[in-house]
Amino acid sequence: MPDRAAPVLDVKGLKTVFRTRGGEIHAVNDVSFHLERGELLGVVGESGSGKSVTMMSLIGLLPSPPAEIRSGSVMLGDLDLLKITPEQLRNVRGDKVGFIFQDPMTSLNPVFNIGFQIAEPLRRHMGMNKAQAKARAVELLELVGIPDAAKRLGDYPHQFSGGMRQRVMIAIALACDPDVLIADEPTTALDVTIQAQILELVKELRVKLGMAIIWITHDLGVIAAIADRVMVMYGGQIVEQAPVKDLFANPQHPYTRALLKTIPSLTGVREKRLQVIEGQPPIMTTAPSACAFRARCTHAFDRCEVENPKRHGIDRLPLGQGHDVACHWVAAPVSAETAHV
Amino acid sequence: MLTFTLRRLLLAIPTLFVISLVIFLLVDLAPGSPMSEIPLTVPPDVRRKMIEALGADQPVFVRYVLWLRQFFWVEPATLFDGWFGTNWAGGEQRILSWQSRAPVFTIIGQRIPQTLTVIGTAYLVGILIALPIGIYSAYRQYSLFDQLGTLFAMIGFSVPTFFSGTLIIIIFAVTLGWFPTKYDTNLHVTDWASFVKQLQQMAMPVMTLGLANAAVISRYMRSSMLDNMGMDYVRTARAKGMSERVVVLKHVLRNSMIPVVTVIALGIPSIFGGAIITENLFGVNGIGAALIGAIHASDLPMVQTLAFIFAVLIVSFNLIADVLYGLLDPRIRYD
Repeated sequence: MPDRAAPVLDVKGLKTVFRTRGGEIHAVNDVSFHLERGELLGVVGESGSGKSVTMMSLIGLLPSPPAEIRSGSVMLGDLDLLKITPEQLRNVRGDKVGFIFQDPMTSLNPVFNIGFQIAEPLRRHMGMNKAQAKARAVELLELVGIPDAAKRLGDYPHQFSGGMRQRVMIAIALACDPDVLIADEPTTALDVTIQAQILELVKELRVKLGMAIIWITHDLGVIAAIADRVMVMYGGQIVEQAPVKDLFANPQHPYTRALLKTIPSLTGVREKRLQVIEGQPPIMTTAPSACAFRARCTHAFDRCEVENPKRHGIDRLPLGQGHDVACHWVAAPVSAETAHV
Repeated sequence: MLTFTLRRLLLAIPTLFVISLVIFLLVDLAPGSPMSEIPLTVPPDVRRKMIEALGADQPVFVRYVLWLRQFFWVEPATLFDGWFGTNWAGGEQRILSWQSRAPVFTIIGQRIPQTLTVIGTAYLVGILIALPIGIYSAYRQYSLFDQLGTLFAMIGFSVPTFFSGTLIIIIFAVTLGWFPTKYDTNLHVTDWASFVKQLQQMAMPVMTLGLANAAVISRYMRSSMLDNMGMDYVRTARAKGMSERVVVLKHVLRNSMIPVVTVIALGIPSIFGGAIITENLFGVNGIGAALIGAIHASDLPMVQTLAFIFAVLIVSFNLIADVLYGLLDPRIRYD
């Protein structure tokens, strides 16, 4: 089990707002979570639930304007990423925190060869010279399973397939041995066999390198395969958080339950249409004062209209360590609010 | 790439032949006679003899074939002889201007430096102004700088050079008296004082044309930068911790330059073509002025030769633009 003493990343009360001509969009509302050393945290939710925006906020990758981080703290070790200067933040990005993005077809710069693109962070963060960076780049390409690595350094992104490009992206993200790797839907744009290969690769690299990973996806199957712990997001908030086995065995939030029901079954006769969650995720123009899911929830009652539910544990463990949920309908165990093991 | 270039060069040959024929016929069909500037007091039989002496009474196809031979054999051979002291041309007849009886290429050789100094400098200045404006406008889209840049480009686009040129003359030459109104073609730069003088007389035409060129190129640069600023690879570069300088001036700029370089390369023939209006306005005795003069005098060999040279330049720079495109963008391999 991951070491409980010192989370590698600790996010508290993060709020991100987009200022647009049509007013403000509250994309991330009071999000708190932590990431243990070596842990793989899955983040699920449908498009627009604030998964990616949350993770981009952590590391200042959102364009500002229009994005504005209103409050919160993001502790990486003893560095608050929201308080340091842009220059210090750049020193963290690509060094302590690596990124993999969704679309490998467009994430690499088409006019530079991949050797250059892998060497860039190495030279910037590790102060390597050309020859050292090149040697390390070959090492990295071999690590992510690209054959003939030394020969391929001079190749351009268009000479690689989608899966291979994602491997290159992973190599770039891992270049400086990050403590945290943020993977934003890294397999969404890939076909299933390549997706399986990339998942295997990440599993293997995790063991080898021991970094913590945040894996954003809307594919619950992927989460089940690799995550230690899962966070379900909706309307820019965490609505449920639990160890992966707990979440699949005992989902609490109506949204999580609905998400799990949408997974089509592979066995049995197909007798009915695929399950859907009716409606659209909300666009939050104000800070939430009611449950964001109420309009689509089959269990909504009066309290959901007037009060935004807070996360409460259902297993008497502190928030974030056990299984917690933000829903009025899910009964809190007696004295759960005050339970601290 | 080499195969592509060679294939394109071979393809250019029939293209240029067709262009030369069309130019020759079009110019020949135009009304007017080489005698139009000869006084009416000259008797008709003298006129006829003059026309015969010029060869203007020959059928158009005879003149075309002779002109082709002169353009592609006699003139290059003469040039070669001039450099190496050989005798390839063998004293054959060169293309003569009907107006001045001097070889057309000698006239062009005298005019081209004037045009290149003034119009070429204007183009260069235009590019040097346009690129930073375009880059920074895109980086700070909708900022005050961007708005001013847009205004500048709109003025450059919409105000014709004969108007902006006149305005500049009124402001800088008439009111302020900083620069001479007319360009002195006979000025030779020999020392510092004459160099300063040359700069002074170049200033106004360069300003006029530079404004127009900068307007066009800065818009291309801006929109190309904007297209690329939002690309995923820019986010990747930022996620790697690269500084804004590297992100913008390396990752984005390198991609954005691809279409802009093409536009710049395609614009270069227009330098040789000379900005006819600007040259006339400031009295720069360049190639544009030569063309206008030749048209007025129905000097067909001069007009045909100049028009064909422009065609050759346009075809060549199209090819150069394509080759540059392939060099800048690794995704494009022509073979």
